[in-house]
Formats: sequence, structure tokens, C-alpha cells
Amino acid sequence: MIQDWLTQLSQVALVLGLAPLLSGVTRKIRARLLRRRGPSVVQPYRDLLKLIHKEAVVAENASWLFRSAPYAIFATTWVAATLVPTFATGLTLSGAADLIVIVALLGTARFLLALAALDVGTSFGGIGSSREMMFASLAEPAMLMAVFTLSLFAGSTQLSSISTFMLGPNAGLSISIALALIALIIVTIGENARIPVDNPATHLELTMVHEAMILEYSGRHLAVIEAAASMKLLLYLSLIACVFVPWGTAAAGAGVLAYAVGLGAYAAKLAAFAFLLVLFETAVAKMRVFRVPEFLGVALMLGLLGTILLFVSRVPR
Amino acid sequence: MSLASHYCLSQLAASGVGLLLALAPIGIFAGRRPLGSRLTYAACMLICSGLAGVALMALLTPGPRLESIQIPLGLPLGQTLLGFDPLSAAFAVIINVTTAIISGYAIGYGAHAREPLRIVPFYPAFIAGMNLVLLAQDAFSFLVGWEFMSLASWALVISEHDSAANRRAALVYLIMATGGALALLLAFGLLAGPEGGYAFDQIRRVASSGVGSIVLILALVGAGSKAGLVPLHAWLPLAHPAAPSHVSALMSGVMTKVAVYGFVRLVFDLSGPPLWWWSIPVLLAAGITALLGVLYALMEHDLKRLLAYHTVENIGIIFIGLGLSLAFKASALGTAAALALVAAIFHVFNHSLFKSLLFLGSGAVLNATGERDMEHLGGLIHRMPVTAVAFLAGCIAISALPPFNGFVSEWLTFQAILLSPQLPQWVPRLLVPAIGATLACSAALAAACFVKAFGMTFLGRPRSGIATAARETDRWSRSAMLIFAALCLLVGVLPGFVIDSISPVTQMAVGAQLTPQSALPWFRIIPINPGRSAYDGLLLFVMILIATAATAFIVRRFASHALRRSPAWDCGFPDASPATQYTAGSFAQPIRRVFGSVVFRAREHVTMPKPGDTAVAKLRLDLHDSVWEALYLPVIHSVEATTDRLNKLQFLTIRNYLTLVFAALVLLLIIVGTLQ
Repeated sequence: MIQDWLTQLSQVALVLGLAPLLSGVTRKIRARLLRRRGPSVVQPYRDLLKLIHKEAVVAENASWLFRSAPYAIFATTWVAATLVPTFATGLTLSGAADLIVIVALLGTARFLLALAALDVGTSFGGIGSSREMMFASLAEPAMLMAVFTLSLFAGSTQLSSISTFMLGPNAGLSISIALALIALIIVTIGENARIPVDNPATHLELTMVHEAMILEYSGRHLAVIEAAASMKLLLYLSLIACVFVPWGTAAAGAGVLAYAVGLGAYAAKLAAFAFLLVLFETAVAKMRVFRVPEFLGVALMLGLLGTILLFVSRVPR
Repeated sequence: MSLASHYCLSQLAASGVGLLLALAPIGIFAGRRPLGSRLTYAACMLICSGLAGVALMALLTPGPRLESIQIPLGLPLGQTLLGFDPLSAAFAVIINVTTAIISGYAIGYGAHAREPLRIVPFYPAFIAGMNLVLLAQDAFSFLVGWEFMSLASWALVISEHDSAANRRAALVYLIMATGGALALLLAFGLLAGPEGGYAFDQIRRVASSGVGSIVLILALVGAGSKAGLVPLHAWLPLAHPAAPSHVSALMSGVMTKVAVYGFVRLVFDLSGPPLWWWSIPVLLAAGITALLGVLYALMEHDLKRLLAYHTVENIGIIFIGLGLSLAFKASALGTAAALALVAAIFHVFNHSLFKSLLFLGSGAVLNATGERDMEHLGGLIHRMPVTAVAFLAGCIAISALPPFNGFVSEWLTFQAILLSPQLPQWVPRLLVPAIGATLACSAALAAACFVKAFGMTFLGRPRSGIATAARETDRWSRSAMLIFAALCLLVGVLPGFVIDSISPVTQMAVGAQLTPQSALPWFRIIPINPGRSAYDGLLLFVMILIATAATAFIVRRFASHALRRSPAWDCGFPDASPATQYTAGSFAQPIRRVFGSVVFRAREHVTMPKPGDTAVAKLRLDLHDSVWEALYLPVIHSVEATTDRLNKLQFLTIRNYLTLVFAALVLLLIIVGTLQ
């Protein structure tokens, strides 16, 4: 009992501690691929520390929503990230919510961020908020269709059950699963403000989406939002790892050794995904805003196709 | 409990309806003074609370088939039968809880009415009509209640009759309501059969699937037009916003639910065993309704019309659940049918809570600013803090975001969709995934729409002087909205109790029920089995609270506390004019470009003067309501053309009229002769 809770708590702490490192690693790899030296991998931690020690500058007409939204956004993202198995499946709290709930929790965080962007009443906040919700109107259903495909394949919407099923003998290769994977990767790129959808490094006004929304934030509020953003990237990569590359993940209550193996496997998977993500990013150019719906629409259609294929191929009992 | 207690509950409910009916004429006198109208609303609140309690007892009391009470009024050969069965009791709980809170709001809000006599007498009559529909155990009293509800709400829609738009709304509403009632009349006539047994018990005995198929279509037209199914929704976004806001809340939050009840009663209860294809028209109409409703709403910048279009969307979501349940029921998949029906009725409850809340919020805004157009609002979170908090809760709930209630019913609907590969027929198996995608799309678009609604109304800087001068609303209104907001959260966090309360309904309608949920640890809900899916709203809510507290604690402990207020940064180019903010139109522009160019044939025409020319640049936007243009305009045009032709008949001489009468007589005689 106590051991179960300890494992669960270590997962809570793991996602919290690891998220900035993941951002640091992706930035480092990206810099190396661009033949720059790049900052150290711990730079995001330093940035966060620097930000929380600074004075927060808040616009005169900002309301309570502007000041409290970062905490709520971070908390919902953190809870969602905790619910995705990282090094072990079947943790104590994992029964509380399934994959659909995780998608919806991210939706709550996005909703609050889009509102916070509108609070000060600047044109950049509006542009970011409006575009983010337009992207989301395609990315969220695409993600849900990928989730449907996985759930129909594994007969469950619980992530732990899906992960276990994928390890088992009944999984096999399936076109639907491949389609779902592509859809999830597209959604990951779109939802985490990566090139070609958005550029996290840009401050060129007319191309930014995520940065436009958080333009008015500074100091500790900005730090919390940045932490939430890196947590979200961690969540998506863990999700893909736990479903599509479940090898090495420890089962519930497997013991400390298995957990250590799981942790090592998890770190290796994250590093590999970070490399692939950045490799893709450096190979493509950023799209125009109105090309993005087509990009995300592909994900939606692939997800739908995967679901329909499963519906059709399943023999009714 | 025994039969006698059920009989007693039915009697209590019937006398409650009687009291409401008696309140209507009293309202004519009471409405003359502000105190009188307050007292009338307070009486409505009390009676509805009582009715809700009675209905809840009727729902939760296990027992044999309920006995109806008989009132010697009605058709010459019949009696009026009133009583509760699980289905009507569940809907009675939903509508009376919501109506009681709305009436509480009206105690404060109704005092602002310009012509209270146009509202106060009709308000109790409207509620009485809706309750009568639910209590009815025979077709005659059902239809009487239905018409009562339609006419009373029509009177309320036209209460602000000096605007031409409201008069048009009332006209369209009256025509659509007549058509819908006609369809229901036909449906009951078919169900009763040649023997003409109009009591529901008699109808159930003779039900057959052959008649049922026609009844299904008639129910889709009759109940669907009242509920707002596309393409019969055209009256709804006109009429719901035209009424005073507490009545809008009643119409959108409550009356549409009575329509859903009518559909469930006709199709699940009275039409006999369903055929497999019945689900197809229901699902098609529902999917189109869900998606079109939210897209219409996104194009709208009148706050109340936006909410009315969202009612259309949510009715679509409810009917998706109903359609799935029909499909499962026809294939004898009991648990799945129960799950889908629970999802639909749960969403009925949720929608009545959050839609009423949002309409009440829009009423508070309307009262404070005199403005429904979001392009003239903004920044109200500073001036109306309580309304803003309540409205925000409603926005999160309707956008189906956890931990609020809208998410739970949508989650249940998704779970039902994921069960549908079990269906043996090919058509629904191909259709259901597409419906699932539609549902997912409409949920995401709803979130976008409510970011717009809340953001443009309550956030940002005031876009006009009236928004700057707004004041918080009165105490009654604030408490009513906060109660709704609290209920939205409570139902989202503890959904198990609601699901268990719906179980008798599913047992009656589809012959199966879900396993009891409220006894599960942490109030978790597990519709099928724990390995498959589970949702724990309470645990999730507690986790979010703890995570928020932990984050706030860490930041408070380690971060700088310094906070400086300064002008907005805006990338170095802040503009003092509030006109530079995003508006409702500009917020929706990206979505309009993605979806609207197909659905609304949206086109933007930009007139840009040549360099050096000082003429004004112009942007014109063309939107087409395809449903109105393709379906309604041709009918309107042909009616107008025919009446124009027939107009000549009005100015004939007496000789001509006599000739016409003679000709008609001869014609009829010939017809009768040939028929014999």
C-alpha cells in the first residue's frame, strides 16, 4: 500500500522534474543539428529560476483570471501528465481517468490559457487565442479519433490496459495502429507549438501563436506557464512511448529493480523521440497559418480512417 | 413502498400543476405591482421545488407499475390520466429543479420588466403546461399540455412586441409549433389504432413496428422541431433570445427537454420494439445538428443567439445518445443501450443546468448594459465579478471540460460509441465512427465558441461606454447563478448518483440498466468494467486542487513576491483605443475560413483603394444560411405566390361567388358519385 503510493508520488515528482530537462535536451539537439553549440541541457531550469526571482509585471487592467490562470493551467497539465504511465503501468491513481479524460484535461488547460490571453485586451493576445482555438478545433478531434482507434484495438480506454495489451500476444501489426500513430505525431507537433505549426523561438509577430498568447506574462507567472508547456511536451512523448513502444515499462507492483529498468527504458525512449522530433523540425519550414488546418486535417482523417477500418474489420459477435 | 404512496405522489404532482394553473389568472392582478410579480415568481419557485421533490421520490421509490389518477375531463369517451412512471419522473425532476432556480432568479430579474403583465401571468402557465406534458399518461392530456406549453411560451416570446424582429420570431415560432403539434397528433392517432385507445397503457398493448416506423418519423418532426433538430431548428435561434432572459432560460434549458421527453416517450416506450434502421435517421439528424449548431453559434456575435444556437448543438449531442441507444436496443445489446440512454438523459440534465445558467448570465449582462451584441461589451469581469465567475463555470461546463458536468455525459457518449462495433448491421457500423468524429469536432468547436463568448463579454477592455458603466446584478439573480454553477461542479464531481437515478428509466425504456455506481470507492464511475474504462471526477477534482495548491505554495515560497502594475506590453506597440482589440468577428475569422467557406459559403470581399487614394478600405462578408435558403425560402415564396393568386377571390361579385359555390357542389357530387 505505502509502496504503491510512493511509486505514484515518484511518478508525480518525475514528470515535474524531468519536463524542463526534456526541453533542454531538445534545444541542445536542435542547436547541434544546426551546427551551433547551444546552451547547456539544464538551461531551462536556470531560466525558470531566473524568472521566478524577477518581479512580475502585470498589465493595469488585468483581472484575477490573468493572475490565477497560470497556476490552474500548470496544475491541470501536471495532473494529466501524472496519469500517463511513464516507467510503470497501473499506478494507484491511474484508474481515476482514461485517455479521453487526459485529452479533455489538456483541453481545460488550453481553454484557460486562451481566456487568459484575451484578458488584457491586446491585439496579440487575441490573435494567439483565436488561432490556438482554430488549431485545437482540428487537433483535439484528431487526437480523440486516434484515441478511439487505440481503444477499439485494445478494447479499453485505460492507458495502462492499452499499454499492457500492446505488450501482449494479441496486439500484432495493424494498419489502424499505424494510422493512429501518424495522427498522434501530427497532433503532438501541432499542440506543442513546434515547427512547422508554430515556432517556440520566434518573436516575429505575425507567425506566433503560443508566444502571442503568453506575451503579457512575466516573472513567476511566465515561469509557471513555461513549465506547463514543457510538461505538455513530456506528456505527449510519454503517451506515444507508453502506447507504441511499451517495451521495458514495469508492470504494477513489479518491484524496485523492474522500476529501475522501466526508468532507464523511459529515458531512452524520451531521448530517441526528442531526437526524431528535432530532426523533423530542422528538416521542414514553418507553414502559413492557413496551411496548418490542412496539416491537422490530415491527422483527423487518418484517425477517422483508422477507426472506421477497425469498425469494419471487427467481426460482430 | 406501496402502490398507494405512488398514487399519493401523483396526486400531489397533479395538485402542484393545478396550483400553477391557478397562479396564472392571479398573475394578471399580481403583476400590476413589483411586489406582486415577485410574489408570483416566489410561488412558482416554491411549487416547482415541491414538484421536484415529489418527482424525485416517485423516481427513487421502487415499486410495481405506477397507477395513474383519473380526472373526469377529456375526450367524450375517455378520462384524463395523470401519473408518474420512471421516465416522466426523471424528466420532471430535471425540469422542476431547473425551473425552481430560474424562478428564484426571476424574483430579482423580473422586477425590471417593462410590461410585467405581458410576462407574469404566462410564466406559471408555461411551467404548468410543461409539467402537464410530463404527467400525462394518455395522448389527449399530453397534447393539451404540449399546446399549452407552446402557446404560453409564444405569448412570452412576443412580450417585447415593439421590435419587428421579435414579432417575426413569434410568427415563425407559431407556425413551426403548429406543424410540430400536427405531426404529434398524427403520431398518436396512428398509435391509438382503429380502436382509439388513447391511454398510454392501451397504446403499449397494440404497438407494432410497422406503425412504429411512421411514428418515428413523425416524432422526429414533431418533437424534433420543438427540440431544435436541424433542419427544423429555424425558429429556435429567433424565438429563444426574443423572450426575457429568464424565459429564454426556461425555453432553452427546460422546454427543449420536454421535447426530448416527447421523443423518448413516443419512440422508446410507445412504438413497440424498434427496427434496426430506426437509429439511422436519428443519428444522421443528430450528427448534422451537433456540428451545424456550433458552427452557426461561432458565426454569431449576439450573446443570446449564440447561446440559442448552442442549444441546437446540445440537442444534437442528446439525440446522438438516443440514436445509439435505439441501435443497441434493436440489436438486443441491453447494457450498451442502457449506457447510451444514460448518456443522453445525463446530458439532458447537464444541459438544462448550464444552459439556464448561461442564459441567466446573459440576462444579467443585458440588464446591466442593455446590450446583447458582444462587439459592444468587454471587461465586465471587473464590474460584474459574481456574474463573471458563474458564467465562466457555465462556459467550462458546456465546453465539456473536466471536472465540470458537461464532460461526464460526453464521456459516457464516447464510451457508448466505442461499444458500437458490436452492432451486427453494416450501415450503423460505418455511420457511428463518423458520428463520433462529428461529436469530437463539435466539442472542440464549442470550446472555441465559449472562449469567444466569455472573452469578448467579460475580458479585455470595454468596447463601449455602456460596458464601462455596467453594475453587478441583484442578489436574487446572483444567488441563482451561483447555485447553478455549484450544481454544474457537483454533478461533474459526483456523477454516480445521477447515473443511478437514471437506472429505473433505462430499465423501463430499454429493459436493462448499468451496475450501481454510487457505492464504488471515491464515487468512481465504471460503466462496463474497470479494465475497460473508468472516470473519477471527485479524485480528479481533488488532484487538480492539490496540484494547484502545491504550485501556488512552491511559487509563494521560492519566488519573488514583487508585482508591478504597468501599461500592457503588446510587443512594444500598445494602442490606447479599445477598438484595436480582437472582436467576436475577428476571433471567429480563422474558423470561418476553415469551416465556413463550405458550410456557409462565406466569402470576404475586400475593396482596397489604390495607393494615394484616400477613400475608405472596405471589407464585406457574405454568409449564407443554406438550410433557410434551401428549405424555408421556397416554401415561403410559394405560399406568397399562391396567396397572391387567390387574392382575386376576395373582390368578386355576389353572382360570381354563387357560381363558385354551385361549381364546388357539382364537383363534390361527381367525386362522391365516382367513388361509390
